[in-house]
Amino acid sequence: MYQYDQYDQAMVDARVAEFRDQCQRRIDGKLTEEQFKPLRLMNGLYLQLHAYMLRVAIPYGTLSGRQMRALADIADKFDRKYGHFTTRQNIQYNWIKLEDAGDILAELAKVEMHAIQTSGNCIRNISSDHFAGAAADEVTDPRPYAELLRQWSSFHPEFSYLPRKFKFAVIASDTDRAAMRLHDIGIQIVRNEAGELGAAFYVGGGMGRTPMIAPCIRQFVPLDQLITYSEACLRVYNRYGRRDNKYKARIKILVHELGAEEYTRQVEAEFAHLLEQGIEPPFAELARIRTFFEDPAFEAGAADELDRSDPDFAVWADRNTHPHKQAGYLSAVISLKPVGGIPGDATADQMRLMAQLAEDYSFDECRVIHTQNIVLPHVRKADLYAVWQKLEASGLGTPNLDQVGDIIACPGLDYCSLANARSIPVAQRISERFAANGKGETLGELKLKISGCINACGHHHAGHIGILGVDKKGVENYQLLLGGSEAEDTSLGKITGPGFSEDGIVDAVETAADVYLAQRQDGERFLDTYRRIGMEPFKEALYG
Amino acid sequence: MAELLRFRDDAVPAEPAVTVDAFVEQSNALAVRIEPGDDARKLIPFLDRLRLVEVNFPVFGDGRGYSAARILREHGYSGEMRAVGDVLVDQIAYLQRCGFDAFEPDEPLAAEDVEKALARFPQAYQQTTDGRIPIWDLRHGTAHG
Amino acid sequence: MNILTGNDLKTGAVIWWDGAGWSLHLDDAADAGDDAAAIIAREEAARRVNAPYAINAERTGSGVRPAHIKDRIRGLGPTVRPDLTLKPEDPQAVHEVI
Repeated sequence: MYQYDQYDQAMVDARVAEFRDQCQRRIDGKLTEEQFKPLRLMNGLYLQLHAYMLRVAIPYGTLSGRQMRALADIADKFDRKYGHFTTRQNIQYNWIKLEDAGDILAELAKVEMHAIQTSGNCIRNISSDHFAGAAADEVTDPRPYAELLRQWSSFHPEFSYLPRKFKFAVIASDTDRAAMRLHDIGIQIVRNEAGELGAAFYVGGGMGRTPMIAPCIRQFVPLDQLITYSEACLRVYNRYGRRDNKYKARIKILVHELGAEEYTRQVEAEFAHLLEQGIEPPFAELARIRTFFEDPAFEAGAADELDRSDPDFAVWADRNTHPHKQAGYLSAVISLKPVGGIPGDATADQMRLMAQLAEDYSFDECRVIHTQNIVLPHVRKADLYAVWQKLEASGLGTPNLDQVGDIIACPGLDYCSLANARSIPVAQRISERFAANGKGETLGELKLKISGCINACGHHHAGHIGILGVDKKGVENYQLLLGGSEAEDTSLGKITGPGFSEDGIVDAVETAADVYLAQRQDGERFLDTYRRIGMEPFKEALYG
Repeated sequence: MAELLRFRDDAVPAEPAVTVDAFVEQSNALAVRIEPGDDARKLIPFLDRLRLVEVNFPVFGDGRGYSAARILREHGYSGEMRAVGDVLVDQIAYLQRCGFDAFEPDEPLAAEDVEKALARFPQAYQQTTDGRIPIWDLRHGTAHG
Repeated sequence: MNILTGNDLKTGAVIWWDGAGWSLHLDDAADAGDDAAAIIAREEAARRVNAPYAINAERTGSGVRPAHIKDRIRGLGPTVRPDLTLKPEDPQAVHEVI
């Protein structure tokens, strides 16, 4: 894992002091709310439905046991003993006091964490593949590049007042586990024919009210020009992105309006100019960062067999693990989606347990997945049973990875001041329904994603089944979408037709699932069947 | 008249600033005012005769002026670069890093707050034209031994 | 009735104008009538409330009920965590806001 040096620590400490000062100026009345708002947002502090909410950055989703424990302690000391893991691999606290914000940041800084740029019209937390460094299919660990980008984007003087927020994702395999093409910039680290590593740039993706899949604007940027190329992409956006309408201010609109070709032409011209400016960190810096992401000391010849004699364990092991590049190891996914639970929420005690498991069984590392679950990336197969027993005892052993119960849900109208409808209760009802009717396992992979408003924090456009909550004359109403995917076969879901009530949407999801079960052919997932048969059979069953 | 906060030793240019279009057309203009939508690159052929660049920030959240300033500095402009308008103490350090060396805020800034804001961050992660050595260079000493 | 709400500046807690000051309890909300804008301006300037706004509500047999579900949820707490609402002992409270 990356570790701060004196410089990184000094920067974070300086931000703590700065934000403490800004909070005090607000409390003292030296800043109006209008002036304070962009400052607090740039530090992840929102005013939400019930209180202030603090979003803490988890760079590329990676946490040590000590960091996870610190998050638990903050939940206990400053919040209501829980936190919410988000689709951007971050954590949010829902009940923060403004007068505590400085102290919380100081606690975070002690474990090399922060809330810098977790909101506001700036470059946000850099997300990445949660199986980075563990997956067999990656060309390299993408996180050193994400860390290089993290440093470059932190306190960037030119790009802190962009037209709108800006999100990067970095992956390094053909399998996309980070919704890369639905980011403002998606980077895939690739190897060219000469065997050199470089970066493919996808620019202008996003969800929100105008979802778009990012086009590739350059197949191969040499790694020693990664920052310079990113800077060129951002400068063109900062200069020409729309500022007249916040709903048209994301880079996807600029790329769409200019056309990918013209946007690329402008970026290339800026890039040529910036190459002469010497803004790229030297290769030695990338090499330094890489040393923090070297493989841990895997045990050579670790037993490659799982003891499957406990059938409940066998179900979980089949469902919630991912193959590891190292023989004898697996990545284990901890589901934060118990039946009827709140997706992504974890209590302080559960966080402590996960911290302990990371320390004892996963080389002191865990990861946050954008699907609001947690990964122990490097678990010996021989230890998996012990890990599962401890998870099971704490309500963390639900075997539902990528199944219909593994629902992404934004906080919705229960917490969020932007929401139009509640998301969490819908997720709870659907998860309970499919647990009760026993169809969850039969359905196999079925990614269900729920947003409580058009901003799409719950990724509803990218769900095999998506649900969008809307406000229909003061009553919650839910639209159903089918056919989205955030993976390498990226696609955007289509709305089935008129929306449903809260009860109606649960029935509608089951109806759609039944159409799939009746129509599927060998080996097809829900998404495959939908793509083969199209929307009509689903519409017929839903509205016919 | 807003107060001028200046980090230069030379005399304050007295010429009135004209629009970018007017500057490009008038061969005797010495000062220009860049609005957020203006293309600063239009000024590149005329940097020799430029004494003063004012960059207007009608609202502090419109960050186009940061790019305008950096572009001119990257092309070698060394005269006064003045941020004008809705310029608040919380933006001043970033403005300085992008090449501004004078500030004319609508609301006067307390000198003490400005000093504190400019001294807040000990280092910087990025290379700009402000002369500060970025953290990666401090780590590796690549460009400065 | 026309009632006023906002958040406490320091704690962020949801608060309601009760005619003389700010209360944590929606049922204390008073009709601000035509004075809403003046009260908001005065209270915000004095930093006794943050981000205040006026909403429509009606007084019912059981208390004050805002017209919009968002404000009803603000008045109680998250419907998915009855234990964290202002009425943790009342299991019906969550259903009444919907």
